[in-house]
Amino acid sequence: MAEHTQETLAQAPAVHDESLFLQAVKEFFENRVAAIGLVILIAMIAVALFAPYIAPQNPYDLMSIDIMDGKLAPGSKSFDESVTYWIGTDSQGRDMLSSILYGLRISLGVGVVSTIIALIIGAIIGLWAAYIGGKTDTVIMRIVDLQLSFPAILVALILLAILGKGVDKIILALILVQWAYYARAIRSNVLVERGKEYVEAAKCLALPQRRIMFSHVLPNCTPELIVISTVKVASAIALEATLSFLGLGMPITEPSLGLLISNGFKYLQSGYYWISFYPGVALLVLIVSINLVGDRLRDVLNPRLKR
Amino acid sequence: MLAFLIRRISQSAVVLLVMSLLVFVGVFYIGNPIDILIAPDATPAEYARAVHELGLDKPLWEQYTIFLKGALHGDFGNSFVYNEPALKVILDRLPATLELAFTAMFIAVIFGIPLGMVAGMKANHWIGRNIMRFSILGFSLPTFWVGLMLIIIFSVHLNWLPSGGRGETVMLLGIPVSFLTLGGLAHLILPATNLALFKTSLAIRLTRAGVQENMQMDYVKFARAKGLSETRVIGLHVMKNIMIPVVTVLGMEFGSLIAFAVVTETIFAWPGMGKLVIDSIGVLDRPIIVAYLLITVTMFIIINLIVDILYSILDPRVRLGQER
Amino acid sequence: MRNKFMALVTVCMLLLVGASGAFAQTLTIGLKGEPTSLDPHFHNVNANNEQAIYVFDKLIRQDSRQKLMPGLAVSWTPVNDKLWEFKLREGVTFHDGSPFTAEDVKFTIERIPTVPNSPSSYTGMVNAIKKIEIVDPLTIRFHTDAPAPLLPRNMATFNIISKKYGEGATTADFNSGKATIGTGPYKLVEWKRGDSIIYKRNDNYWGEKLPWDTIIAKPITNDGTRVAALKSGDVDLINFVPPADVAHLSKDAKLTLAKSPSTRLIYLHLDSDREYTPMVTDNNGNKIKNPLKDARVRKAISKAINRKAIAARIMDGLAVPAAQMLPDGYEGTSKTLKPEAYDPKGAKALLAEAGYPEGFKITIHGPNDRYVNDGDIAQAIAQMLTKVGIKTEVNTMPKSVYFGKASALEFSLMLVGWATDTGEHSNCLSALLHTYDKDKGFGSANRGRYSNPKVDALLEEALVTVDPKKHNELLVEAVELGLGDVGIIPIHYQVNVWGMKKGLNYNGRTDGYTLPREVSAAK
Repeated sequence: MAEHTQETLAQAPAVHDESLFLQAVKEFFENRVAAIGLVILIAMIAVALFAPYIAPQNPYDLMSIDIMDGKLAPGSKSFDESVTYWIGTDSQGRDMLSSILYGLRISLGVGVVSTIIALIIGAIIGLWAAYIGGKTDTVIMRIVDLQLSFPAILVALILLAILGKGVDKIILALILVQWAYYARAIRSNVLVERGKEYVEAAKCLALPQRRIMFSHVLPNCTPELIVISTVKVASAIALEATLSFLGLGMPITEPSLGLLISNGFKYLQSGYYWISFYPGVALLVLIVSINLVGDRLRDVLNPRLKR
Repeated sequence: MLAFLIRRISQSAVVLLVMSLLVFVGVFYIGNPIDILIAPDATPAEYARAVHELGLDKPLWEQYTIFLKGALHGDFGNSFVYNEPALKVILDRLPATLELAFTAMFIAVIFGIPLGMVAGMKANHWIGRNIMRFSILGFSLPTFWVGLMLIIIFSVHLNWLPSGGRGETVMLLGIPVSFLTLGGLAHLILPATNLALFKTSLAIRLTRAGVQENMQMDYVKFARAKGLSETRVIGLHVMKNIMIPVVTVLGMEFGSLIAFAVVTETIFAWPGMGKLVIDSIGVLDRPIIVAYLLITVTMFIIINLIVDILYSILDPRVRLGQER
Repeated sequence: MRNKFMALVTVCMLLLVGASGAFAQTLTIGLKGEPTSLDPHFHNVNANNEQAIYVFDKLIRQDSRQKLMPGLAVSWTPVNDKLWEFKLREGVTFHDGSPFTAEDVKFTIERIPTVPNSPSSYTGMVNAIKKIEIVDPLTIRFHTDAPAPLLPRNMATFNIISKKYGEGATTADFNSGKATIGTGPYKLVEWKRGDSIIYKRNDNYWGEKLPWDTIIAKPITNDGTRVAALKSGDVDLINFVPPADVAHLSKDAKLTLAKSPSTRLIYLHLDSDREYTPMVTDNNGNKIKNPLKDARVRKAISKAINRKAIAARIMDGLAVPAAQMLPDGYEGTSKTLKPEAYDPKGAKALLAEAGYPEGFKITIHGPNDRYVNDGDIAQAIAQMLTKVGIKTEVNTMPKSVYFGKASALEFSLMLVGWATDTGEHSNCLSALLHTYDKDKGFGSANRGRYSNPKVDALLEEALVTVDPKKHNELLVEAVELGLGDVGIIPIHYQVNVWGMKKGLNYNGRTDGYTLPREVSAAK
């Protein structure tokens, strides 16, 4: 019982969170553009998740596509008149709308999965470095600084030159590109938080340091992590699209939005603009909406950046 | 200062060594360049001869030792494809990439800083808001997509500018450049704009933040109180104070321009080293890949070092070697 | 602002027009490939061979349909089974004015196997020659150990360089122009790597009248960029117009297109050798014995493929369905083989007959950056096979990974291409259908390890038969046997397209080369 009270005490800031959260939500929606961005983003995530149920066609099921339907203009009917392709088909006769829905799934999937894994790895390393301090900390942070001094595309280029191509490879590359951001952000946050009163309080209660770190300090870094990771998901998606475009990314059988754009590139001047154009629009809307949300989140969640 | 330099240089050497080893091993396991380079009807004997000629039949560690020995003397080996020293092949292409990157940086500065100042002064005006929206777009649009759109609009539909290549070059101090001829300039505009977009957005944001911060400061209030015109206050006093951080950050970003040139060069067929390395990855021309990465990373290390040193000179509060 | 900009652009364009008016005799070509070197013997690859013909000549030329024509040699005759005599052209000079003689030929043939660091040499073209005998400056004899009916064909693949400049010359010497002194139609002025290669006309050329003063060859590897360069007028002529762009370019009033079928065959190789093949399972994913060993299954796959649909939909009409390894009219082509008709019912029946009424699972592998629309073709074939019950997955990869794995026999069904540069069937028969034999150099690209002793015997006999008629009959028989047995499954021959400004005339070539000496201005 006594233990319990002590814990409640130490969690004081967390109790406050509830109202802070509501306040943040309210503040977020004060900006109309960001609100629209959020709605679009949620809609895109939903259609990506439910792509197999809502897409008119499974673009990977070879029985359901036919090259006789290839490169049909938006609004055309299939050769047996059974389906209408609202935004046209690609050279294989795949419905572009379905391809985009599935491509969205892959782009988002690759972006989110790599970001989450990078976040976890980065968080653990950052916490660990802050926790241990001393030589280990210095060495880890030197590596982090060094990696961050190179642009992501160069690091990804090196990695893909070494690893070869494929979904797993590109996720690995995106993780390796991102982890350092999180490690650095968490470490500096932890160093700030460590000096705060609630940590002092927890220390006075002689709670084990590991517990202080994970159940008290880490939650207080969450807002910042959310902000960074939103923006990073967008840049991971853009980077994947760029690498796929350069021919270093995804295999053709699992086309992400970037690869769809790249596949349609050769048809851009031939009048079959829809093969490249619509996936491009989907990619733009996705990235812009993530960035709008991320920008607003930063303003709302990060009091230090508020003016 | 000296201790700092020595430490940085030795760290850099380790980075270069580790990277070259990784790339060497990685490319080795991806495939054998002879499979792509050799004529398909070559006999097995001819195949074996080619593998032997390029030294690819030696064990990996031996190939790497040979490379290391050469690299210490500035010899990165001969390109498998071009049969010329890899370093020479890359340095031949370096001026094109540098010209593109410098032009892009120039565009970013001459558009980004004025726009950012306007955005900072008129933060709540529709102009300011639209400039910021543009900068979000500039951050979001993937470079390659913008490049495609530029070609479609300006080359194919309007037929105003050439779609790719470098155009006519003239020698300036022994280096071929395009921007001195009209034809060359016409070839330069689209790729440079494409490459500059991201940095322009960055310059807008940095300048805007700087302007907003400085407008709150006492010296601005004081200058205004003195009755100085607004243009003079902003144009002279605020400008002076924001230029240093903006230019420093942009300087640090120069390296990333060179890295991103890979994308722009591929789209616009710009004969720089970025396009070269993408082609070389395609045919596993290992000496070129390794040399390109070593050169680019070295350039980065040098840029970062210069920025750090400049920073410590400009801002006495920062001491070299201090952990940030 | 906009008006000013337009004015500036107009001025630029006027200047450009003015500039091109002054050099009306300049031909600017946009090429898909850039040579890796200007040393004509360094790398046996299309882009290099093409540029070499600008500067140098071969003993024997190939015309635009790859028939042999006199080049630096005016005649070639077998003295006996193991001896060929070549008479050289009189009065030919190199670009520096020095005369061309048999010494240069001898020097060239001896240099070929010794070019250092060559990733792909011409050694295979000259290693039949055991002794070179110079009879007089314009007569040269080649002694061989065995009868060599293919010797003239091989002599039509490489270029003759000057002994004076070639001795001790390195790749760098050729790239800089120091050693690039040939007898050919154009002299090298400068190679701006990655940007352009500039040539000037050789006024003392021995051959046909040359229509252009200056040739600027610009490598523009990206298909879209190359097409855009033609449309915007940056270049006068481009090669390898991508199929997707043919329709809209042909509507452009300022441009004309030239089409020519090519010898580039796209085909499937199947593992017809191993007991178990890596990429085949039954419908539940269990390992089964290799169904591709059964010729009926191979025939079923061939029948399941709708070649006309691929040609029409994937290739936009720029492909000719194939029945053998070279189009009609080439040495060794059969008159009876016809492209397999699309017959899904027949395919299913054959599969059932072979014991696979429910089909099986297989993965088709293909490159995605090597042949025209290669990735799309592999996907289309997968569609078609799936529809007759062979559930097919597609795995395409960059050529840098693909060919290594294919040669290491990691695949069961693979999409590959073959261009027969020599223009006769023994070349592709030796490489694709002859039993793999490392020591004798047969079956070097037989990645399915197809083996048929009768085909081997017929081919080997043809290779030592100097009499042209008999030689041809043996080849035809081998081709009919190997393809009747479905050793490979031919899909189509690519059709190459050149795009050019109206007023230019180029007929195209089956070998895909773009030769300025054959480009004329209609005036």
